[in-house]
Amino acid sequence: MQFMLLFSRQGKLRLQKWYVPLSDKEKKKITRELVQTVLARKPKMCSFLEWRDLKIVYKRYASLYFCCAIEDQDNELITLEIIHRYVELLDKYFGSVCELDIIFNFEKAYFILDEFLLGGEAQETSKKNVLKAIEQADLLQEVSTQSVTSEHLCKCIATPQ
Amino acid sequence: MSDVVEKTLTALPGLFESQTGAAKITNRLRQLIKSITELTSKHEEENLIKRELSAIKEQVSSPNTTMKQMREIMVRAMYCEMLGYDASFTYIHAIKLAQQGGVLEKRVGYLAVSLFLNEGHELLLLLVNTVLKDLQSTNLIEVCMALTVVAQVFPKDMIPAVLPLVEDKLSHPKEIIRRKAVLALYKFYLIAPNQVQHIHAKFCKALSDKDPGVMASSLHIYLQLIRESPDSYKDLTGSFVTILKQVLGGKLPVDFNYHSVPAPWLQIQLLRILSLLGKEDQSTSELMYEVLDESLRRAEMNHNITYAILYECVKAVYTIHPKAELLEKAARCIGNFVLSPKINLKYLGLKALTYVVQHDAKLALQHQMTIIECLDHSDFTIKRETLELLFRITNAQNVTVIVEKMLDFLCYVPIKTLTFAPDNSWFIQTMNDVFSIGGDLLQQDDPNNFLRLLAEGKPEEDDQLRLYAVESYLTVLKGHTSHLPQCFLQVMSWVLGEYAHLQESVDRREVIRLLTQLLDQRSVSSETRVWILSALTKIPEGQTDLILDLAESLSSSQDTVLRQQAQELRHLSQDSQLREWVLVENSCAVDSSLSFLDGFVSEALAAGAAPYKPPHQRQEELSLNLEPYSFSLPVSLSSCSITDRQSPTLLSVSSGLSGNSAELSTLILEGVKRVWGKDGYLPQKEATAPPVDEPSAAVQPASQQEAAERIEPRPEPSTQNQDKQQLASSLFVGLGVGSSVSLVRKLFYDGFTASLRGNVMDCLEARSTSVCHYALLMDDPHTNVSLTGTVSYQTQPGHTNTLPFSGTLSTADFIRPLVVTTEEYGKLWLSLSHDVKQNLKLLTDAGDPLRTTLNALKDALQLHVVDIIGSEGIVACRLLSGAPCLLHCRVNGAALAMWLRSPHPALPDFILYHCQRALAHH
Repeated sequence: MQFMLLFSRQGKLRLQKWYVPLSDKEKKKITRELVQTVLARKPKMCSFLEWRDLKIVYKRYASLYFCCAIEDQDNELITLEIIHRYVELLDKYFGSVCELDIIFNFEKAYFILDEFLLGGEAQETSKKNVLKAIEQADLLQEVSTQSVTSEHLCKCIATPQ
Repeated sequence: MSDVVEKTLTALPGLFESQTGAAKITNRLRQLIKSITELTSKHEEENLIKRELSAIKEQVSSPNTTMKQMREIMVRAMYCEMLGYDASFTYIHAIKLAQQGGVLEKRVGYLAVSLFLNEGHELLLLLVNTVLKDLQSTNLIEVCMALTVVAQVFPKDMIPAVLPLVEDKLSHPKEIIRRKAVLALYKFYLIAPNQVQHIHAKFCKALSDKDPGVMASSLHIYLQLIRESPDSYKDLTGSFVTILKQVLGGKLPVDFNYHSVPAPWLQIQLLRILSLLGKEDQSTSELMYEVLDESLRRAEMNHNITYAILYECVKAVYTIHPKAELLEKAARCIGNFVLSPKINLKYLGLKALTYVVQHDAKLALQHQMTIIECLDHSDFTIKRETLELLFRITNAQNVTVIVEKMLDFLCYVPIKTLTFAPDNSWFIQTMNDVFSIGGDLLQQDDPNNFLRLLAEGKPEEDDQLRLYAVESYLTVLKGHTSHLPQCFLQVMSWVLGEYAHLQESVDRREVIRLLTQLLDQRSVSSETRVWILSALTKIPEGQTDLILDLAESLSSSQDTVLRQQAQELRHLSQDSQLREWVLVENSCAVDSSLSFLDGFVSEALAAGAAPYKPPHQRQEELSLNLEPYSFSLPVSLSSCSITDRQSPTLLSVSSGLSGNSAELSTLILEGVKRVWGKDGYLPQKEATAPPVDEPSAAVQPASQQEAAERIEPRPEPSTQNQDKQQLASSLFVGLGVGSSVSLVRKLFYDGFTASLRGNVMDCLEARSTSVCHYALLMDDPHTNVSLTGTVSYQTQPGHTNTLPFSGTLSTADFIRPLVVTTEEYGKLWLSLSHDVKQNLKLLTDAGDPLRTTLNALKDALQLHVVDIIGSEGIVACRLLSGAPCLLHCRVNGAALAMWLRSPHPALPDFILYHCQRALAHH
């Protein structure tokens, strides 16, 4: 995987992870272009699109778009499932995750992503193991209690296409 | 503002109230996020962030800031960077935080480093010591963090410093550490393969690790290694096969299941490795047939993840040494993808087809109607993939249609496709379209390749092509030229300069006039002007007056290159001896091996110089960053002033000729006329006169009204369908031989052979109306037949009125249930000769999929379900007063294997077609 972007329906970037070295200028340009392209697509369209020499795999969960760039020989469907598993992990960690959780705790979302994918490859696909690793590192972290009732991402986990 | 932001705002108070004392530290971030959501303009946001960043700047430089505060500051800085603002002054503090903070601070520090810094960033060097320290820490979490950052960003030159420590971690008791170490080594391998060569044996240990996570991580390395040299790892095939078998057998802990599929990521990785190992290697492939078969069989569940595995499996089956049985199963799988109503699966089906048609072009035939539908799909991604597929099946017979389709969408015509061009005029005309539509969007290669095609032909054979090009371009130039793209103008001027003399009838003065006209246009770029002038240099002989005028007018041009060329032009036109010397025909022999430098090179080598290495090799060997010094050789056209018979660009291209030029220059031109031969669509009217009984005899006018009716099946099937079928037959022509093509023809000839037969059955009389029943029979099945006719009647003697009518009928209208017993069915089955087999979609939404599917078919097509026994069902129907057709259906995994038999050779195909449609629309 080359990079992963999370952005909202309004086109606001919520998370970005780059697995290939690019200059800030390029990153900004790519982000701007991709957000526009993906937001312009209609709901019934397929979750893949060819973009430059890359394949973009995206999926919308509630108000958030998850978008990954892979190479042509990679498997689009499994990438879609990587996104799904990441959402499951976030959901389990935050307990019914919603966009606000990711906005206010974006560093945690990064920590979870780093335990799941490393250097652009799936590192650990067992949900239990990923969460165990995060919890161990969190042990020392103060407990923040919050209950946010909003649009849950997983509520909108569509039946897999 | 949209509802999400509103929700955000309503949720905010609750969020802040719930903050306890311990979490207050992150209040500033929350405050920042909250204020940003309240803003309405980009400008306000900029101001706010500017203020925020200056506050951060102040805080980080203050000596009183604690590490804990620093951590919070860093999170804010990350947020600002994510919004697209520059917070680079915090980078150094991120490294400091990773270095000096406690575990919590370290975690944020490392995260900030991995987000802020690229592999090549110089500040990373400052991180090395921290990483070294943490790798040796007794705190597992610190080790994990260090390994995580190493696997993401680490300076290439410093790998040797940490390598021994990372290597040690491969035998760490904790699996999470081993796993991260493996991935860190994978990263090292990617950026500096030479440095990790000596530890391949340890990778092998990781592969046999008792923890499935560690083993799975090691596969990333193996995939990469095997991709580079498959031969060195053939001995591991057995191990990979065993692992895959264990995974399939559910031997892994249930944690690794994903939606009850065992370790799908691991399966896919293994399938990829196996396909690389088995490629072009029969004995290795034989080791994996069994496990691939099992893999295909196991993937039954109707979930994305099983399709992901199936797709990889199909690819593997088609990559390794072929085995007929597996190929057949894989081909059936592709059918499930392509016919799926889910668009993602359809896309992947097309991708799989694109891959497999390279091995077996006939596979595309089965799915031609789907492909045609996809070609008109509203989603561009689907269209694009379909075009890719068409590109793979291009051959001499279907090239014109395929290229036309490609032109419709975008100028995406690989020149290679055009090597199948059927004739000169078509080729030049198409290239004109390509250049004028695609224009400057084309890759630089395309015009160059085209010119090379023209230039490299033999003088006698290809002169015709060149002549045609010259004529065509003169016509183009006489028209409106200001809208033409630069690259097209360049191509035209080169061709005219080079080949205008071939055409006797062309007035040279006219050519010069047209080219000079271009020079006067303001829209023409200076690069194109150079091309035009080069062309002019080649043309004139005896047209000195025109040339001198031109040179005169250009000598005051602001462009120095043009001025220089004009000067040269004047000299050449005045001095015919010089001209002959410079412009000797075909004088351009480029020594692409640069052999004239041999002497110089050997001298330099003798004097101790290093032998030449291509740039990419040099980069790999040195670990220092060479980028600022790397060189490229741009061909700057505007600075070229070559007055040779070849144009500047062509010169540079032909000297850079590599091996692939051969395939590009084999334009098949001779002998290929419009080959819509026996395999494909020919609009030949083989229609015999339709055997229509004369109806007038049967109608006896009883009252004053006299009705005469004539029904004439006309060769006009519903146009849309006809278009599609016509397209199908022209696209897929030449892909198969013999019977496999017959489907295309049968479907297609539809409109042209009319074979309805009919008779008036009876006439019901009433006072002012007369109802006539007319029976129609279908002798030869067709997917669709359209019917037109006229009714003529007399209300008063001597006055004949005529009413036209029309309608469309499909095979489905002529199918009736055939009621037979199971025994009769059995006897009939044996006596029938023409059969067709195909897998269809199984409707799985109800308890009994077979019964549901058969009932759906029965409802849609008037079939008679004779019997259902277990997973098999027998169904019978017949053409209205015509041939019977027996269907034998069996549930096969997620598909319905259908076997049709009929005495009529074409009937099964059409019934199958309607079944497919009925199920697809269900």
